[in-house]
Amino acid sequence: MNWIKNVVRPKIRGLLAKRELPDNMWVKCPETGQMVFHRDLEANQFVIPGSDFHMRVDATTRFKLLFDDGEYETIDVPEVPVDPLKFRDERRYTERLKEARAKTGMDDAVLVGHGKLDGLAIVSAVQDFAFLGGSLGMAAGEALITGMRAAVEKASPFILFAAAGGARMQEGILSLMQMPRTTVAVQELREAKLPYIVVLTHPTTGGVTASYAMLGDVHVAEPGALIGFAGPRVIEQTIREKLPEGFQRSEYLLEHGMVDIVVHRHDLRDTLSGIARMLMHAPALPKAKKRESAPKPEEAAPDPEAAAEPVPGQPVADQTEPSN
Amino acid sequence: MRTYLDFEKPVAELEGKIAELRALSDDESSAAISEEVKQLEEKAAKSLQEIYTNLKPWQKTQVARHPERPHFSDYIDGLIAEFTPLAGDRKFAEDHAIIGGLGRFKGGSVMVIGQEKGNDTQSRLRHNFGMARPEGYRKAVRLMELADKFAVPVITIVDTAGAYPGIGAEERGQSEAIARSTDCCLALGVPHVALIIGEGGSGGAVAIATANKVLMLEHSIYTVASPEASASILWRDSTRAEDAATAMKVTAKHLKKLGVIDAIVDEPVGGAHRNPAETVKLAGEAIAREFATMDGLAPDDLRKTRRAKFLDMGRSLPST
Repeated sequence: MNWIKNVVRPKIRGLLAKRELPDNMWVKCPETGQMVFHRDLEANQFVIPGSDFHMRVDATTRFKLLFDDGEYETIDVPEVPVDPLKFRDERRYTERLKEARAKTGMDDAVLVGHGKLDGLAIVSAVQDFAFLGGSLGMAAGEALITGMRAAVEKASPFILFAAAGGARMQEGILSLMQMPRTTVAVQELREAKLPYIVVLTHPTTGGVTASYAMLGDVHVAEPGALIGFAGPRVIEQTIREKLPEGFQRSEYLLEHGMVDIVVHRHDLRDTLSGIARMLMHAPALPKAKKRESAPKPEEAAPDPEAAAEPVPGQPVADQTEPSN
Repeated sequence: MRTYLDFEKPVAELEGKIAELRALSDDESSAAISEEVKQLEEKAAKSLQEIYTNLKPWQKTQVARHPERPHFSDYIDGLIAEFTPLAGDRKFAEDHAIIGGLGRFKGGSVMVIGQEKGNDTQSRLRHNFGMARPEGYRKAVRLMELADKFAVPVITIVDTAGAYPGIGAEERGQSEAIARSTDCCLALGVPHVALIIGEGGSGGAVAIATANKVLMLEHSIYTVASPEASASILWRDSTRAEDAATAMKVTAKHLKKLGVIDAIVDEPVGGAHRNPAETVKLAGEAIAREFATMDGLAPDDLRKTRRAKFLDMGRSLPST
């Protein structure tokens, strides 16, 4: 993976309060505060060793973890009108878009690609939370429609990695209209009898959950992901009481019948492959074959000396991001 | 006693004076007084007309939420004969925030579904201020499927700040319920007209408003999130709702221009709350007009045109 790109730091860092990828060498577990060497984290598919906290991953990393040998082709998304409302608050929406593009290298919040998963042709889309909170606007909606239609065309299963705060507020009602629009594409997948597997990742809320993300044939969730319609803050303000422990987390949704299965990221690829293959009536894989095509963690394995140095809980503050 | 909105002050003053003069004229009924009343009335009407033709987005929001504005039940009373409410989602409960049932509209059978906000404290609580829980949307799905099965056209009447954000609602899958309802709208093989009568708030509105034809009353609003919620998301400050309403283009006129709605239903001068009966009548005529355009269309055509309409939405936009 390319760590060079992280050397080029956008100037507007101050605004990007939460970045999942560090520019620095050390990452702090948001749950336990434990410090992890970045290459250890990467080798562990961005799951904090020890606490098992699932860090967010960017869209390209997601694809590299999904597809055989990390190889895939992106699918181009038709252009959509930009900034339909000529929206501005403190700053212009177009500026915010430009900034998000520079920061993520993406055109908008959704990346669409196709490739092989254990040899089975798959179309997939990832919502990248780093791009304006993964929010669903016209471009993201168009990307999802394009992806689902590509799956229909290729007669392939469609795997969606959902993550978003909700609608792209700056596109107003046209953002809301992505809910029915994407639902039309889901219906096309359904009519073609192709598997539509949704992987709910942290966080997936708002209009995204209230449309395509809750219409999958199978709902898989990563552990500890926040998944819901209204955000916890809104609910707390409405009912004026504290929310129960674990409310709106993957495990909670599992208990309430809203997701099929909660899967650790290490097992995600095999789970997705298995479900897709069974629904497509593809033959079972010998176990060894599966491992062979999976991305090899060794490739990205850190220099053992560097990795051995930090002790969880030890102060290494001077090496970490100052403000994140 | 009428509830006046802050920007209606000039009208309130004039109407107050008129009432005073009228009280006087009861005893003496002088020609001078009735002449003055007439002049004041003309002035008030003119002022009202002026105010209402130039309403700003936030003012429209206030009109859309006016407590005396006609609600779901007023449309049922005025337009639907033999209304027979049908309750429950058959899964968990009956949700009074969404009412639905069979009835006759201009003679023909229809399924009518919509949010009811209530008009006094007791009924508002009963209807949860028009904010539905998953059961409401699941009931809507059940009734739409029932309508579909018997080839009964669907009318939805939309008036909600949004779906209810509560623990129970989340527990029982608010988002899934909304998603399935939108899904159901898009699968209907019967004509479906949606009318937004007050607030069309977010996913809670889309869930029943994904129709062949979407109409909006002149002073209603249709939003990605209520102005308060939008302000809270954009600026972490829900008191900036006015700014949000302005920036987010929430009025019928804007939405018509963006191609999100099909037609605007004019309201009587001074808003629907000044003449509910007339408003309901105009809405009925507009709904009938839309149904007429779909006369004789096969179920598949209705589905296809509905889907195509939503897919095309926003792909090309008028330059502003």
